[in-house]
Amino acid sequence: MTTGSSKPERRPDGAALVIAAILAGLAAIIFWQTSQMRLPPIQQRVGPTVFPYVIASGLVLLAIGTVVSAMRGSFPERSKDDYKPIFWIVGGLIGQILLLSTAGFSIGTGVLFAFTAKAFGRGPLWQTIPIGTVFAFAVWFIFAKGLQLSLPAGALERLLTTGTPF
Amino acid sequence: METFDLLAQGLLSALQVHNLIYALIGVTLGTAVGVLPGIGPALTVALLLPVTYKLDPGGSLIMFAGIYYGGMYGGSTTSILLNTPGESASIVTALEGNKMARQGRGGPALATAAIGSFVAGLLATLGLAFIAPFVVKFALSFGPWDYFALMVLAFVTVSAAFGDSALRGLTALFIGLGLGLIGIDLQTGQTRLAFNVMDLLDGIEVTTLAVALFAIGETLKTASDRDQANTEVTAVKGSVWMTLEDWKRSWASWLRGTFIGFPIGAMPAGGADVASFLSYSTEKTFSKKPEEFGNGAIEGVAGPEAANNASAAGTLVPLLTLGLPTTATAAIMLAGFQQFGLQPGPLLFANNAPLVWALIASLLVANFMLLVLNLPLIGLWVRLLTIPKHWLYAGILTFATLGTLGANGAMSMGFGPVRISFELVLLLAFGILGYLLRRFGYPIAPVVVGLILGPMAEQQLRRALAISQGDIGVLFSSPISIVLYVAAIIAVGVPMILRLRGQGGVLGQLATDED
Repeated sequence: MTTGSSKPERRPDGAALVIAAILAGLAAIIFWQTSQMRLPPIQQRVGPTVFPYVIASGLVLLAIGTVVSAMRGSFPERSKDDYKPIFWIVGGLIGQILLLSTAGFSIGTGVLFAFTAKAFGRGPLWQTIPIGTVFAFAVWFIFAKGLQLSLPAGALERLLTTGTPF
Repeated sequence: METFDLLAQGLLSALQVHNLIYALIGVTLGTAVGVLPGIGPALTVALLLPVTYKLDPGGSLIMFAGIYYGGMYGGSTTSILLNTPGESASIVTALEGNKMARQGRGGPALATAAIGSFVAGLLATLGLAFIAPFVVKFALSFGPWDYFALMVLAFVTVSAAFGDSALRGLTALFIGLGLGLIGIDLQTGQTRLAFNVMDLLDGIEVTTLAVALFAIGETLKTASDRDQANTEVTAVKGSVWMTLEDWKRSWASWLRGTFIGFPIGAMPAGGADVASFLSYSTEKTFSKKPEEFGNGAIEGVAGPEAANNASAAGTLVPLLTLGLPTTATAAIMLAGFQQFGLQPGPLLFANNAPLVWALIASLLVANFMLLVLNLPLIGLWVRLLTIPKHWLYAGILTFATLGTLGANGAMSMGFGPVRISFELVLLLAFGILGYLLRRFGYPIAPVVVGLILGPMAEQQLRRALAISQGDIGVLFSSPISIVLYVAAIIAVGVPMILRLRGQGGVLGQLATDED
């Protein structure tokens, strides 16, 4: 769905067709998963499968509606989006997810912080990662120590709060 | 005068020192976060929920009340000083407010917004206090079929009635409903759509979804959209005080705004943006100087701001008395209640009256605090507005992930020594969903409301059908449910006709996006 489709005439909107396909796909998953459920016979009438089937049917109808809408080209005008910043931010989030358990909250979140700033054009990373780490540590300290929230701690947090990194 | 006694007791409890401190922290944090550009009331409440995790239910709800009102107020400061299209509830305020600020009348604009919000908040909160007991009494006679009809109405109004496309609104709703299916079915204990992932057994957290859609989705959209208008802060010049003429022109607008806003919020009929838009057009007709509209008419700030706040208090009527969230903000607040095992609704009023009344009373307290705090601190809020975008969004994502980890920090997946928080993976996935929804013009609020209201509607439906032994006719058996269905048909039918006749533009402007 990367086509920022400029539509000179009423050409079918490719991205909208992809959305319709996704909706139909979701409906198929719900139908399939629900049909796999084993039900005790007593509950068959209004058991736990009724609502999923209703919602899946609704999604099918909406997928059809989306196809119609795509054919008519009645989706709103889209801005031309730049995808590079998105990769930076998504990369930052993935980096944080992978780093949290080993490097701890501050360093992991520092990477997220720096990558997000980078997405908005603020670098360089060697400068922003330390800034982010210090900021994240301050936040970690307030929430983990002050408000007793359980946040993952790594060597850095332990070193700065207990004096040893272990 | 039973209500009066209960409210007085609530006030006594809200005025205890520690509760006052909670309320003060709540309004301060709420305003500070709400002021930040790009953060609407829904995200303010979602981001600040973790702060209340370790408090007792009473203190937490009181802080919540402060955050809610503070967030609403902060949003209006942003739209007056920063012409930010996109925050829908206060977009109308920006129309006139920003013009005033550019003419060097930012001070009076902020003042009329603050005082108008106070007047509206006061009247609407009193309205809530006096109406709630009646609604509760009425709601106690509701059968499951009535509740189901009520939820159908809420689904329709939140998704299809406003916005520029019923198709996209309903699609957003059904995505939310689909996500609501995930997890263990409450009545039979069977798992649905969990794909053998342990973390999915409890279902999707409303706060995770809301933070992802609003914070991550918004960040991705702002970062990637090159056309994003370069916003600049308008300095507040001159006096913050309103002149005698400003007062004369404002007071009637405040009252009109309140009377428009409160009923709209109290009925399951859309959010604060609808109210402020209606108030704006009303002020335009009532104004003695209609030619000033579009060039900074003070009535155009006073009315919509009052309507905005009155409607925010109004949405608490269905939320507290029926357990029915009608906006994304209310959905997140409902999740906040549920974290303490409290289910808002008529039974909460009956069984936990002191708590509910302390909450209502602390809304009054928060309202007073906002009036006293905000105007003197305006310099501080302006400072917050000037935070550069790259630090702002980096900070928003820091707090978004912090809140998600704080709610559920289990590192339940992974490979080797690297453990992964599943909740953060969900946050990322829903964040991308939020970006796509924005990019293709889908509203966000129906997804959040669908997630929390879907399972509730299913329960009521199944309860109703269990009582009738499967006879679908039971759904239409009571006069209340029939009235509600008729209202739902009108809510979806009238806008459709308007759109077909080419008058959909007005509805597009009423889109329930942000809260």
